[in-house]
Amino acid sequence: MRRRAVLAGLASLPVFAWQIRVEAQTGPYSLPPLPYPTNALEPHIDQRTMELHHGRHHQAYVTNLNNALKDHGEAAKLPLQDLLAKLGELPESIRTTVRNNGGGHANHAMFWEVMGPGGGRPSGELAAAIDRDFGGLDKLQEQFNAAGLRVFGSGWVFVTVDATGKLALVTRPNQDTPLMEGGRVLFGNDVWEHAYYLLYQNRRGDYLKAWWNVVNWQKVGERYAAAKAGKLSI
Amino acid sequence: MAFTLPDLPYPHDALVPYMGKETLELHHGKHHQAYVTNLNNLIAGTDLEGKSLEEICRLSFNDPAKVSIFNNAGQHWNHILFWKVMKRGGGGKPGGELLKRIEHDFGSFEAFTEQFKTAAVTQFGSGWAWLSLDGDRLKVTKTPNGENPLVHGMRPILGIDVWEHAYYLDYRNRRPDYVAAFLNHLVNWEAVEQELHNALA
Ligand SMILES: [Fe+2]
Ligand SMILES: [Fe+2]
Repeated sequence: MRRRAVLAGLASLPVFAWQIRVEAQTGPYSLPPLPYPTNALEPHIDQRTMELHHGRHHQAYVTNLNNALKDHGEAAKLPLQDLLAKLGELPESIRTTVRNNGGGHANHAMFWEVMGPGGGRPSGELAAAIDRDFGGLDKLQEQFNAAGLRVFGSGWVFVTVDATGKLALVTRPNQDTPLMEGGRVLFGNDVWEHAYYLLYQNRRGDYLKAWWNVVNWQKVGERYAAAKAGKLSI
Repeated sequence: MAFTLPDLPYPHDALVPYMGKETLELHHGKHHQAYVTNLNNLIAGTDLEGKSLEEICRLSFNDPAKVSIFNNAGQHWNHILFWKVMKRGGGGKPGGELLKRIEHDFGSFEAFTEQFKTAAVTQFGSGWAWLSLDGDRLKVTKTPNGENPLVHGMRPILGIDVWEHAYYLDYRNRRPDYVAAFLNHLVNWEAVEQELHNALA
């Protein structure tokens, strides 16, 4: 018995090291922590929704993405925005899984970042760009909410930004993102039912309106500056 | 004749605990009702007004000018079938002609349930999983959003709604648990057999 225990102890060493190595190779993407507590967006987004949305839905996208890439080490080394821009070059066997789950990872990482308690209003260059490209924040919100209501089924509504700072409103189904065409997302809202069903049920319009109360305009302003400097990733 | 919301064939609490009262109230009274209202508004005064629901599904499918009509018509059709194929104390195994055909076309009833579960769980985003008659054979498929096997020339006899609104209040993110409960406790196999006979007729 003792000898077997010693042998088992020795044998476990290389196995343990191998597991570490494999995990390091195959787990390049990880769930970013929420930048605020799960109850910080109450009453507009409830704590239970945040817990599930971040801890279950987003975590599942990360896990599925890493699993899909575990035999594709080169692809797994790419920054997420590059992986998504090169979906067409991936083996067909993993392309749809990476599209759905890589898109889900990028979209949700952006989503947590552009929200926060407190609200505020756009300022500086960002405010000027919103005036120039949408005719003001009220008009942007009106068009954004209408676009969000028109998404049939699951999807997202985004404001994109190009390298010159020009803004545009787009929607995408499921977990697709403008990153897949090499674009950049300034901010966006999740209109999958899981994003609002516990608090708003079928009333997506009410959710879209309330969501503006938790947009972190300071963060969006930073993303705008980063995009113009060519430094915005996801 | 405008389309109307059919009554649920059971009370809202009939499917508790596998499908909650609030889920059925919202799903039937709000979601399904909205599809009916939107469909009626969208076809009013167009060449589709007065056509049957199935004709509208087929005629609007893949027509970029009729996307919203198709979405709402498809969802009206899909939900009509969905309410019919559930009951309190359902689930388990069918019998008769239906079981014979399932065993013949899938190898076994268990092989069918595996295919059906996989289809329902892997439909990414909103959509449906189906058992349909395709010519003379039964087939499992899945479709996104409001699409259904009708527009692919098949005759659906069983469908499960895997939009999140169908299960989020009762199961949160756990879609596999919802699909298992549907098969084990909700499917009205007599109604599915009736759909099979209608499809064969
Ligand atoms: Fe989400
Ligand atoms: Fe539904």
